[in-house]
Parts: sequence; C-alpha cells; structure tokens
Amino acid sequence: METTKQKDFVLLAIFSLVVLTAPFTLLPFGAAYPDLLQRFAIYGIFAIGFNILFGLTGYLSFGHAAFLGVGSYAAVWSFKLFSMNVILALIGGVLMGGVMALLIGYVSLRRSGIYFSILTLAFAQMSYNLAYSVLTPITNGETGLRVLRADPRYIDSIFGDASMALPNLFGIGMTGLSGFYFCAVVLIGVFYFSICIMRSPFGMKLRGIKTNQVRMNYTGFNTRPYMLTAFVISGMYAGLAGSLLAVTDPLAGAERMQWTASGEVVLMTILGGVGTLIGPFVGAVIIKYFENIFSAINEQTLHSVFSFLPEGLQNAVVSITGLFVGDGWQLTLGLIFVLVVVYLPGGVMEGVARIGRIFRSNGPSSDGQTAKPQPAE
Amino acid sequence: MSILSVKGVNKRFGGLKALDDVNLEVAEGTVHAIIGPNGAGKSTLLNCLVGRLEPDTGSVMFDGKHSLLGRKPHEINQLGVVRVFQTPEIFTELSLLENVMMPALAKRDGAFNLKAWGRLSDQKDVVDQAEAMLMDVELEENRHIIASSLSRGDKRRLELAMCLVQDPKLLLLDEPTAGMSRADTNNTIDLLKRIGVERNITKIVIEHDMHVVFSLADRITVLAQGHPIVEGKPDEIKGDPKVQEAYLGGAHL
Repeated sequence: METTKQKDFVLLAIFSLVVLTAPFTLLPFGAAYPDLLQRFAIYGIFAIGFNILFGLTGYLSFGHAAFLGVGSYAAVWSFKLFSMNVILALIGGVLMGGVMALLIGYVSLRRSGIYFSILTLAFAQMSYNLAYSVLTPITNGETGLRVLRADPRYIDSIFGDASMALPNLFGIGMTGLSGFYFCAVVLIGVFYFSICIMRSPFGMKLRGIKTNQVRMNYTGFNTRPYMLTAFVISGMYAGLAGSLLAVTDPLAGAERMQWTASGEVVLMTILGGVGTLIGPFVGAVIIKYFENIFSAINEQTLHSVFSFLPEGLQNAVVSITGLFVGDGWQLTLGLIFVLVVVYLPGGVMEGVARIGRIFRSNGPSSDGQTAKPQPAE
Repeated sequence: MSILSVKGVNKRFGGLKALDDVNLEVAEGTVHAIIGPNGAGKSTLLNCLVGRLEPDTGSVMFDGKHSLLGRKPHEINQLGVVRVFQTPEIFTELSLLENVMMPALAKRDGAFNLKAWGRLSDQKDVVDQAEAMLMDVELEENRHIIASSLSRGDKRRLELAMCLVQDPKLLLLDEPTAGMSRADTNNTIDLLKRIGVERNITKIVIEHDMHVVFSLADRITVLAQGHPIVEGKPDEIKGDPKVQEAYLGGAHL
C-alpha cells in the first residue's frame, strides 16, 4: 500500500506541473488566455467536488448549480459588506455552499436513485426562481448582484481603502494571469484534499455505499450521515467554485443556478471518468474548451483552413463542417459525448488506461503482468 | 442461558398468516436450525429478527436485555447480531481486503465515525485483523482482487469472513448453501463447523438442505404454516412422524 502513497504523490506533482504550466503549454491550442484558463480551473474544482458525491457514492445530484450560485452571491456580498480581499469571499462562498448543501441534502437524501436526483433538481430550480424573483433584495434579481463603489466594505474602510473596487489578494489584483494562478493554487489544494478523501476510511465507506448499501447497513453503518457529509463536502466545492467565479469577475446572476449548469457538471464528470481522480477535471477542461474555442470558429476561419481545396469543394466542406463549429459547437460536444459513453463508459480516463495497458503489454519492459485493479481509480 | 428469546410473534400479510404465535429460545453457544417447507415462514421470521420486518405482536429479546423490535439494521448489527444473506451480499467493486476491513471498521468505530483523514493502510489494526480473517477462510492470496470476480462459493466464504471478523454474538445464516455445488456445500459446512468450534458463536441457520441441517445443528425447530410444530435434537426430529407429515408429506427421512 506504500506504493499507492507514492503514486498519489507523483500524480499530485504531475497535476500541479500541468496546471501551473498551462499558460505556456496551451498556447498552440489557442486556449492560453487567462479568462479561459481561469474557467478551466474553476469548473475543474466544481467537477472534482461533484465527483466526491457522484463518483464515490453513486448518488446523482441534478442540483449542484444551486451551490455554485450561492457561492457566487456569498462572495459578492463579502465584497460589498466586508472587503475586496478574496480570502474572505472564498470562505463565505464555501460556508454558504456547505450550509445550503446541508439543508438540501438533509431532505433529498431521504430518497435514493431517481427520486434523489429529482429532489435535488427541484430544490435547485426553486433556488433559481427565488434568486430570480422573490429574493431580489439579496440577489438583485435579473440584473445580477454587482460590486458598487458606494458599498460599505466595513473591513476595508478600517484600513482606509474602501474605494478599491476590484477583488484582490492583499493588494494583488485578480485579473489576468495572477487571477489564473490564484485559481490554480486553489485547484491544486482541493485536488489534494479529494485524494485524501478517496484514500481515507471515509472514502472506502462511500464506495461501499455505492456498491451495496444493504450490506453497509447490515454491517453496522448508519449510512445517511456519511452520505450527508459527502453531499456537504461536494456542496462546499461548488460554493468554492462559485466564489472563484465572482473573484475573477465580481458579478453574480441567477442564471448560474439554472438546471443547465447542473447538467453541465454531470456531463463533465461522466465525460472525464466517474469516480476517477483526475477524470472530472479533464472533462471540465474539454467542455469549457469546446464552449470557448469551437464556438469562436466562424466561416472565415474554416475557409482559411480549407483554402488548399478547389473553390467548389472548399465551399461544400466549409458548409458541412460549419455545422459543427460556431453556434453548432454543442453538436460536436454531443457527438463526442455519445461516442465516449458508448465506447468508453469509464470516460476519457478509461481511454487513457486502455492506451496505457496497450503500451505496457507491447513495450520492451513487458513482463506479462496485468495491471492490478486499483481502488477508486 | 438463552441469547435470543422470541415470544408470541405474529405477522400477517393481508389475509395470510405468515407467522402464527412463534416462540423460540436459542441457547448461547449452540447452532439452532429452523427448517420447514416452502412458505412456512422461515425467512419472515429471520426478517423479523434483523429489523427488516416488524411483527404485529410479540417480543424479540436479545441477550436478555435488548429488544430487537423497532431497531434499524445497523443498530441490530452493533448489538452483535450479524446476518448472512441467501445470495451473498458483498461489496463487489471493492477488493477482498476492503470487503473485510469494512465490517472490522464498523465494529471498531461504531455506526458513524467519519475518519476522512489518514489513509486506509494506516489503520494497521484493522488491516491486520482483516488479513488474518482472510487467511482463516483461505482467501488471503486474492486479497487485492476485486470481489466481483469470485466464484459463488468464494463469495459465500468472503461474506462469512465479513460477518465473522466482527466477532458476532449471534450469527444468522439464511440458507448458507443455497445454489451451491455439493463440493462447495461441504466446504461451507466444514468452514462453519470449524468456526463454531473455534469461536463458540451462537448461530441460527435457516436451511432447506437436510444434509446441511443434520451435520450442523444442535437443535432444530420445525415450522409449518407459520407455527413451530416440533423442537428438539436432530435425532428426535429425524424420527418424529409430525415432521415427516408436515415436511415431506409422509416420506421417510
């Protein structure tokens, strides 16, 4: 078992390296601009947290966007009332995400399977509608909650700089690359936390619940508090991601809570690999990449790509491929999703594992040993 | 002293009287078999003991002081009453070692104890306990294999290991050899006998297979139409005409 400890350490080191060098390594893919990189990191956190619930326990929540939205609102309120310092905003987001998850989870976890999913979906839609209309004094309705110069910022005003209206980390601005590196450090931190949970006795019990809840009960475990803890932790991850969204762009709107956002994190996790350590992050990157890069490709770009073809053929190719880019980016994503689910039910990470196995069995260092099954990987 | 005492238990399902005034005393350290034809109420009785079903009337006292009625399955387990299912209920996606560590953790830490920090492998006492248990049922070579790949007989073996690692006061076995080959059945009987001698665990066995019943049981209760008709030692039961009447329609055992 000592070897899995070393493997986890290596994994964490590689993960950190990949994340921290992303602004350079993603240059050839046109994805190296801070705005998108931040989104990779933030939605990565969202998906990693979602995976602690869905991946380990098998309980499919369809309402995690509620916690994302609450995290954003909490962060913006922290900016308005206390300080533009992002640390407070993150703490506020995590706490509010956790409290909200405790309330929703306490009720929803009375049911399992499809009923659990429907309950979480219903609660998230209720939250969305409350934020949109009834709670306008708190959420500022459809305009969205924003930071104003006139906000009190009591803590900042003690130190005499209440007029500073941009989120900062003790004076360091959160725009551009510094914003990305802040998100990246948080991402690496919570990734490490998720490894800890997966490898702990708690993680094993959650996997036990997924595999056979009846046996868990007859083994002497009261499963519901474990489930609730997992639900709250994943809610806190979502709250953290929501507050980071507000940190990089100090604005919170109700649309962040809509069911499409809840569905998106489900897609990310499944696409990357449910229950794996890095799969959810990979899924988040893929989806956000498509959303931002494929949607930006237009007919001119396609014409220049296929400029080597004769005129008529070029037009035909462009008009066909044009369906899959620009506004049609979701068509491409949908196709990829279908292919992955049909041929790689374990997500992209299963594909990686299969390729790894091929290399190992054909490689010169092959000794005929098959890969040992790894818990939670 | 009796470890389990069932008094006047009745259970109806609509118009069907599944259990009809069942009284049962199980002495500590014995193997008590409950037999009877299909539909005699054996499984219903067992489910009433572990919190799956609630009897309409009657009492079920464990160890003289704990009523088992109205308790959740995990509470009954924490009292020391552990159940083996008809089809082995194991954690198919977990390794054998993890399968056995789980009940050992439940025994050590109780029904809820988060332990979100520290690695599994750091729980040295639980790992050692689980490995020793797997050794006992001769599955230790496969301890890192995922449980779904086991044969039916080995799954039963694993489930027994999971139950025994908790060192139960009372072990309930629901047809432990159902659907097994003759060889697997004999292996399981040997295992149960060995464990019975080594650990002195009280067991209640529900069983169809007479071969199993007569080679394991110290006492036998025969149920027919929800009511216990005879109770006694295996030899007495074998010769009892009432049993042959109810159970085999007059044929000789």
